[in-house]
Amino acid sequence: MDEIFGIPAPLLFGQLLLGLINGAFYAMLSLGLAVIFGLLNIINFTHGAQFMMGAFAAWMLLEWAGLGYWWALLLAPIIVGATGVITERLMIRRLYKLDHLYGLLLTFGIGLIIEGIFRNEFGSSGLPYRIPPQLQGSWDLGFMFLPIYRGWVVIFALFACLATWLVIEKTRLGAYLRAATENATLVQAFGVNVPRMITLTYGAGVGLAALAGVLAAPIYSVNPQMGSNLIIVVFAVVVIGGMGSILGSVLTGFGLGIVEGLTKVFWPEASATVIFVIMAIVLLARPAGLFGRG
Amino acid sequence: MADVLAELPIATQDGSAPLMLVRGLEAWYGESHVLHGVNLEVREGEVVTLLGRNGAGKTTTLRSIMGVVPKRSGSVHYAGRELIGARSDIIARAGIGYVPEERGIFASLDVTENLMLPPVVRPGGLPLDEIYELFPNLRERARSQGTKLSGGEQQMLAIARILRTGAKLLLLDEPSEGLAPVIVQQIGRTIRKLKERGFTVVLVEQNFRFAQTVADRHYVMEHGKVVDTVRNEDLTASLERLQQYLGV
Repeated sequence: MDEIFGIPAPLLFGQLLLGLINGAFYAMLSLGLAVIFGLLNIINFTHGAQFMMGAFAAWMLLEWAGLGYWWALLLAPIIVGATGVITERLMIRRLYKLDHLYGLLLTFGIGLIIEGIFRNEFGSSGLPYRIPPQLQGSWDLGFMFLPIYRGWVVIFALFACLATWLVIEKTRLGAYLRAATENATLVQAFGVNVPRMITLTYGAGVGLAALAGVLAAPIYSVNPQMGSNLIIVVFAVVVIGGMGSILGSVLTGFGLGIVEGLTKVFWPEASATVIFVIMAIVLLARPAGLFGRG
Repeated sequence: MADVLAELPIATQDGSAPLMLVRGLEAWYGESHVLHGVNLEVREGEVVTLLGRNGAGKTTTLRSIMGVVPKRSGSVHYAGRELIGARSDIIARAGIGYVPEERGIFASLDVTENLMLPPVVRPGGLPLDEIYELFPNLRERARSQGTKLSGGEQQMLAIARILRTGAKLLLLDEPSEGLAPVIVQQIGRTIRKLKERGFTVVLVEQNFRFAQTVADRHYVMEHGKVVDTVRNEDLTASLERLQQYLGV
């Protein structure tokens, strides 16, 4: 059990775990993007900034209101989601009749502005956020030590993805969402208030990004760039999984995190590019993505 | 405009107010002006058809009543309310059910989800048992993907799902289109049953023989206007006139 394929086992498992954790964030972020894209037909380039806002919301709740990690898990998605609702109502709503490109430019611009504001206020060096006491320490799994918080992130992310999937596939609300993704005009002509549903869907997608931000706060330092570093990879994940596919984005997110982790073990120099190479191959072979329709 | 319309008499020959009164309905798709002042009245419990050639504006009339065209004007008075300025979800909630020409069965929903999709807008819809009695196939294929059904089954599903909602007025856009004669007969029987149950139906049809078997009255449309009205019992006598309109 010391070596696997000539690689020391602790190194292999360590990178696998790191891959799983990155994969958890890829999955949660691309899930939100997929839900938003499905209904709004907008590629939400503000997503990285909203992820960062989630982490900052956790930090502010602790520093300014004395509310710890568990409160942040609950409140940060609601607060940041509410800013998403306002953004949709005031700005994004005006672009639905225009080409995708306008939505992309608007959300990209909003993301830059938010990031600029946070950099101006908090600097770019990063603020510390401590792991909650209940999740400190590590488990001895026999072949490696697993930091409890990292295990918690993976399990929580899986749970959040599963819950989102269940809501979309198994509930009445999810049926409205799927139907409106296909034909919003008809769903509205059945008596569903589709504009309100679109607003709330955007808010929920943004809330999911913020939830990922809270999870990330104790792992990465809380800093204004934390979202833009991650979001480029997440967009590649979304393209590989297939735009708008819920299950696709979750599976691809975790899968590519693991691939990235393994690449770090076997060919470290390629680890930063492997996802983009996969993206290029998938785009050439299956332009709609691995799980995309049509 | 609204003042002029308000002065129009709302009562019909027998003195009762119509369930729906459409006056001067106009509609546009972008630059093209499609409806040029459609007038209709539909009394409670009636089955009324819109006949006419392709492009006469029948489908657009239903879409305009339902509020799913980009731009419309005129008056749609339904059950005591003016709906011309309302959004389509408000119009649906007033009690109007809509079956679009393309049927609008959702591929990402199974048959039951499709059936249960439209929200109940008011009490008095058909219970699920009765819907399954009318359309037994839908129960058998409950778990199938909506678009895997045959054309006839999809049409039945499209009708079935608005019977649940408590809508009193049903707008059906060419339910017989592209279906085998046996299925068309079955849909005809269904529409007659719905009439017995007290539903009011506005039916767009190209198939004039089919229309004859279900309707009380026929409106003939041409160039975005209603140009003639024929009671079903006078249909045979007016056959020549109608054939000229319809070019059959």
